[in-house]
Amino acid sequence: MSRARTAGFHVTGSALAVLFLLPVLWTLYSSVNGRRAADGEPGWGLDNYERLADHGGGLGAYLVNTLVVAVVAAVVTVLATTLGGYALARLRFPGHNLLFVVTLAILMVPYTTILVPLYILLGWIGLQNSLVGLGLVLAVFQLPFGLFMMRSSFEALPRELEEAALIDGCTPGSALWRVLLRGVLPGIVTVGLFSFLAAWNEFVAPLIFLTDGAKFTLPVALFNLQSGSLGSVDFEALQAGVVTSALPCVVVFLLLQRHYVRGFTSGALKG
Amino acid sequence: MATATRTRPHAPSRPTTPPGRRRKTIGSARRRLGLLYASPMALLVVVLFVIPLVLMVWMSFNHWPLLGASAPNGVENYSALQDPLFLRAIGFTLKYTAVTTVVLGLVAFGLALLVQESRPGVGVYRTALFLPSVVGLASTSLLFYGLFNTEASPLNELVRFLGLGAVDWLGSTDNALASTVGMITWRFAGFYMLILMTGLQSIDPLLYEAARADGANRWQVLWRVTLPLLRPTLALTMVLSLTGSLLAFDQFFILTGGRHETATVVISVYREAFLSQDLGRAAAVSVAILAVLIVVNGAQLRLLRRGR
Repeated sequence: MSRARTAGFHVTGSALAVLFLLPVLWTLYSSVNGRRAADGEPGWGLDNYERLADHGGGLGAYLVNTLVVAVVAAVVTVLATTLGGYALARLRFPGHNLLFVVTLAILMVPYTTILVPLYILLGWIGLQNSLVGLGLVLAVFQLPFGLFMMRSSFEALPRELEEAALIDGCTPGSALWRVLLRGVLPGIVTVGLFSFLAAWNEFVAPLIFLTDGAKFTLPVALFNLQSGSLGSVDFEALQAGVVTSALPCVVVFLLLQRHYVRGFTSGALKG
Repeated sequence: MATATRTRPHAPSRPTTPPGRRRKTIGSARRRLGLLYASPMALLVVVLFVIPLVLMVWMSFNHWPLLGASAPNGVENYSALQDPLFLRAIGFTLKYTAVTTVVLGLVAFGLALLVQESRPGVGVYRTALFLPSVVGLASTSLLFYGLFNTEASPLNELVRFLGLGAVDWLGSTDNALASTVGMITWRFAGFYMLILMTGLQSIDPLLYEAARADGANRWQVLWRVTLPLLRPTLALTMVLSLTGSLLAFDQFFILTGGRHETATVVISVYREAFLSQDLGRAAAVSVAILAVLIVVNGAQLRLLRRGR
């Protein structure tokens, strides 16, 4: 590779990198720099965050709501697809093909198309306007990816591992808990992580299913702030909100980058 | 299914197979355990997917107000499909889908070509380009609302610095469309870049060497070797982009609220259901959207498979 081409690569690469990072940097900047609540003078500080904390039910409450929904979605997805993935990979049972096909069909039916009947159904089973109900709905739409991941994780484990456990006196049930779980841990982490982040960032479902302002998740609360029900929009507080909701995702990504990217591509390529 | 035959517990070659009766009890024990383990997933799928799907079809044949009793009304709800507002939403959604798929595809492909080789520093660029993909779409839209608004837009300060007049980024259908496509490209290009990069890296380098040995220039290599071999990956990104754009909601709901005729199909379902409070009509529209999506996805999956 010639030196000129290497230089060209780095000039193009860094220009694009700056272009892609600029909006994020601008949000960070404007979230800590704006009019100050105390004296109305411009300056640095966390005033935007403080105003946001006072907005509506309070930033803390919205964060807790979002966390509840995301944790419910992640835990339910992981439990259901770990057990289901093991059953489909290793235990033959009546209807296993049907279950697999119907679960994968969820990929063909994006949840936005069945929001209306889901809204009615959640009302029937008493889970409307409920953070747990919302978490369950969001978990369902993570099942296809989770099932793919967990089924192939179990299939990738050497069969001898399970057989050895059985010889040592485990039942198929206890073999799963004592021996196999450790082997599929990377799959579990990936499924849990993606389910958590998808639920954390979800907008339409909470917008429709949550009617009580005190139960709003962060994206819905911020949307309300933006749609400016009280006249003018507080842009600085809004950007503080964007930082608050985006920061966990960015931090998780930077910490688990390798894991994250592999999960992303394998999920996309298989899905 | 291959998995099923391989899991048969009484396969004759299996060295640990216990004889006679115990074999049978283990087989049925595994079946019962399988049912038990699969039941949480099955329950979720049936209650929160299969039943709503059936309910949606049933609702579409009923007058179903948001509050109050429902009553059968035949195919009357399906007249919603001829509503001029809905037809306009279809037109806008198709236009948006076409523009997004082309722009996003080209940008992502360009980025993938740039960062596909591993060389010093490339990891930093990959990370920077992928980073927007981890920010939620609603957060992205709110972020760009800050950039596109007319009151305090830093973009307009930049434009003024360049000596041009202020731009109303969301001020008309065309402006809103262009601004949104720009934002979506920023948000998703790194994600598609990564998928395309994986596809590019799976192409055998020997093929490039052979093409170069035969005297092909860079364009010929791209057209004759890279693109044909990348077809399955390209088809995959197209499936994702088409489905995502046809169902666009967050970006237009947040950026324009569906003003200036920028209502998408899903926004019109939302309006039908929760503003007009007519769930039956909303269900009828949803049934139609789903039917179209299944046809589109089915056709594309066939294309994808043929490419392999």
